Amino acid sequence: MNLPYRITLEKRLDTPRIVLWLVPVVSILIALAFGAIVLAFAGANPLEAYGQILTGAFGSLTAWLDGQFYAVSETVVRTVPLILTGLAVAVAFRMRFWNIGAEGQLVFGGVFAAWVALFLPGVIPGIPQTPWVYLPLMALAAVAGGAIWALIPAFLKAYLEVDEIITTIMLNFVAILTYQYLFTGPWKDPEGQGFPGSALFPEFTWLPRLTGRVTLGLVLALAAAVVVWLVFDHTKLGYEIALMGENPEAARYAGVNRASIIIVVMVLSGGLAGLAGFTETAGISHRLQQGLAIGNGFTGIIVAWVAKLRPGWIVVVAFLLSALFVGGDQLQISMGLPASIGAFFQGMILLFILGGDVFTRYRVKITRRPAAVAVEV
Amino acid sequence: MVVEGHDRPTRPSAPVTDPTAAPIAVALRGITKTFPGVLANDHVDLEVRRGEIHALLGENGAGKSTLMSVLTGLYQPDQGRILIGDEAGRLRPVTIASPRDAIHLGIGMVHQHFKLVPTQTVAENVILGMDGVPFVLDMATVEAEVAALSERFRMPVPVSAYIWQISVGEQQRVEILKALYRGAEILILDEPTAVLTPQEAAEVAATLRALAAEGKAIIFISHKLDEVMTVADRVTVLRKGRNVATLDVAATDKHQLAELMVGREVATTIDKDDVEPGPVVLRIDGVVARNNRGIVALKDLSLEVRAGEILGVAGVAGNGQRELTEVVTGLRRAEQGTVTVDGDDLTDRAPVRFIDAGVSHVPSDRLGRGLAGNLPLADNMAMKAYRRPPIAAGPMLRRDRMRAFAVDLIERFNVDTPGPDTPARNLSGGNQQKAILAREITAGTRARERGRRPVLIAAYPTRGLDVGAIEDVRSHLLRQRSDGTAVLFISEELDELMMMSDRIAVLHGGEVMGVVTPAETTIEELGLMMAGEMRR
Ligand SMILES: Nc1ncnc2c1ncn2[C@@H]1O[C@H](COP(=O)(O)OP(=O)(O)OP(=O)(O)O)[C@@H](O)[C@H]1O
Ligand SMILES: [Mg+2]
Repeated sequence: MNLPYRITLEKRLDTPRIVLWLVPVVSILIALAFGAIVLAFAGANPLEAYGQILTGAFGSLTAWLDGQFYAVSETVVRTVPLILTGLAVAVAFRMRFWNIGAEGQLVFGGVFAAWVALFLPGVIPGIPQTPWVYLPLMALAAVAGGAIWALIPAFLKAYLEVDEIITTIMLNFVAILTYQYLFTGPWKDPEGQGFPGSALFPEFTWLPRLTGRVTLGLVLALAAAVVVWLVFDHTKLGYEIALMGENPEAARYAGVNRASIIIVVMVLSGGLAGLAGFTETAGISHRLQQGLAIGNGFTGIIVAWVAKLRPGWIVVVAFLLSALFVGGDQLQISMGLPASIGAFFQGMILLFILGGDVFTRYRVKITRRPAAVAVEV
Repeated sequence: MVVEGHDRPTRPSAPVTDPTAAPIAVALRGITKTFPGVLANDHVDLEVRRGEIHALLGENGAGKSTLMSVLTGLYQPDQGRILIGDEAGRLRPVTIASPRDAIHLGIGMVHQHFKLVPTQTVAENVILGMDGVPFVLDMATVEAEVAALSERFRMPVPVSAYIWQISVGEQQRVEILKALYRGAEILILDEPTAVLTPQEAAEVAATLRALAAEGKAIIFISHKLDEVMTVADRVTVLRKGRNVATLDVAATDKHQLAELMVGREVATTIDKDDVEPGPVVLRIDGVVARNNRGIVALKDLSLEVRAGEILGVAGVAGNGQRELTEVVTGLRRAEQGTVTVDGDDLTDRAPVRFIDAGVSHVPSDRLGRGLAGNLPLADNMAMKAYRRPPIAAGPMLRRDRMRAFAVDLIERFNVDTPGPDTPARNLSGGNQQKAILAREITAGTRARERGRRPVLIAAYPTRGLDVGAIEDVRSHLLRQRSDGTAVLFISEELDELMMMSDRIAVLHGGEVMGVVTPAETTIEELGLMMAGEMRR
């Protein structure tokens, strides 16, 4: 390499606002450009495909004028669990506690909520059978389910120093298999004619709908985002979480109890994921069946990471990623492309956004090499 | 930065002033570097010759570390040029775009805050990040090489030990060896002796002399004027990012240097109030504790500190000081014995119990324990205050009050920073230390307001501070004493201990060799006790 110029990266001391905005936008554009190439190879017209994704996710002008908001409401439906799992992951990641187990915690939340809906009326018939009583009970049960599932890796880490990445990943499989066993085995609907799934929940345990299939779960998710923002920025707990994440030794020195903060954080994180299990069972499926473990817990990691663990951004990113999913489904229907196209785009976007992050932290410098033998006296 | 391109002729620089002097190894010309809101270097010049030890002096935040970071490619200067000389003293301009470029040019640096990987061994750290390291390593060979190098420069290190297991003095040597292993001809040391014992510092000085005699150019940052006077050949003084003077050490003295640095006369003696010591506040009784390597580091240790008293702790680092500070702050378990604070038995209680009881702690390890470098200064200053009002309001945190609290401390303790939102790691080393002190002293004051008798555990609190700031810190500590705080003051500088302490306990091998008053002992006697050759 004997070029007279050379490219180096220099650490930025402070990043201008415009760069903070521009980099992710450009990253997404580049990801879409790459996506276009792949689409072309798959035999589709990229522009048409992107158009389909947009109308698939948000609907078309003509549909809107007709008062039809089905597409965008479907996107919102998918956004709800992603907000909750994104928040769940962000709470743990802020402390550098790598909870990869939101999927399992979500599933356990769903299982606990389902138990309340299916069996509590029989066990304690005295409880008034109204949504006012049953929905809070189910939500609490779901939070407890997710939290209990998260407590296993929390205790193992806090008291035995067991690496949380491994335990949280493994427990996903245990949770998913347990839940599949339940709805195909003991909880299977006896009148289901072989259909794998539990009985339908009683109607007083259904989350009320706001519009389309959008339920009160949306309000719950947005409220959770506000709460997490408050916790992060305006509570002692949030301060301790950040301190633990940045320097555990300094946190110990400042009097933070490591074991108890790990436990509190995982209760919060697992509880939020469990809440997603509640919105999905009580709001969408109304029974325990296949389709609860569709990767929302894992996508939550992408959501949290792209949003830099910030609750406000988690809401935005969750919406955009779910638009890609819903739009991707549309591609499958209208253009015969594989359904995984949505996940493919998500992967691309994550890759480019994470890669692009280098430019928010470093400045590219092109320097001219000095003359090799310029000698001074 | 102005860089000479292919197409532009180079400008001749000013001729070397003294033709009989050794050739110039490196020259910095008109270096300017700004950070957001800070002009850290303002047209700074520096010339260092082969075989010379060149000291760089200046107050905390004067821009010394920044200038050296420019020379080692960590920062790019906004203006100015760097020139490297060959054996004949012919200078050629260079661009140092990265630390790797610096290494290729034979520039090695030992940073103020070490950059070693704690979970790797000494030998692994030495070769870490080097070019041309084969994929499969023969660690035995590397260890032998490192051992040979350490032998040659008389810097003993345990080559196969992990970094977290070795003392700070040993870590320092590893850093120097690392630079030498990479073939450094120009060696920069940023406050190399700040964390060392006087003996270790003398060893480093001897090593530097040996290196200079081999023709290496050495740039040496220090706040210790005695050391500069004995070790260095020439000295350059910076103030507020500008050159003040470059002098031959033979032609100057400590007073002149102090004045050049600070811009005013610096007091060398301190006034100590007569304080009648109160009751015993901190009592350590028969404590046994192990260090990180699992070896017994405190052997049946007993000490008492009274209210309004400064108990100095003398000793060569690594003789139990660290374990002592940790046992009396709840950070390390005592296997035997008790620790009581103002009558409460706090043995093996959680750190937060000690904080509540009014025990403050200036730790020896600033960035490792005392600060969370990436968090804003305000968050760092609230580390001991966030649990109680006014910063806390129930479970909530009042960010506005936290910020106001930090602004107040910055003001009162003269911490030099653009503001409370700056990440703590961006402060100069001395100002980080001031921030910690401000926080801990304030925690003690607040404990007193709650009716506690405060205890201050201060491990090397003046380390890394400039002469003016040392004066400030000492008067802060004395004011604490006058206010009735029980102060446990750990230092390696015997002069300082003699001046500040009411009594001095000497540690050796985890045992107290004796407790003496400054009036009835001598530095020589303390030295003997520190070496374990005498008990009193
Ligand atoms: N990365 C950074 N970002 C912002 N400001 C910085 C940064 N590094 C240094 N500064 C500021 O530049 C000034 C000079 O700092 P520098 O670390 O060079 O001082 P110093 O002379 O080494 O002081 P000390 O003796 O305390 O180590 C200080 O005001 C410091 O706050
Ligand atoms: Mg410095």
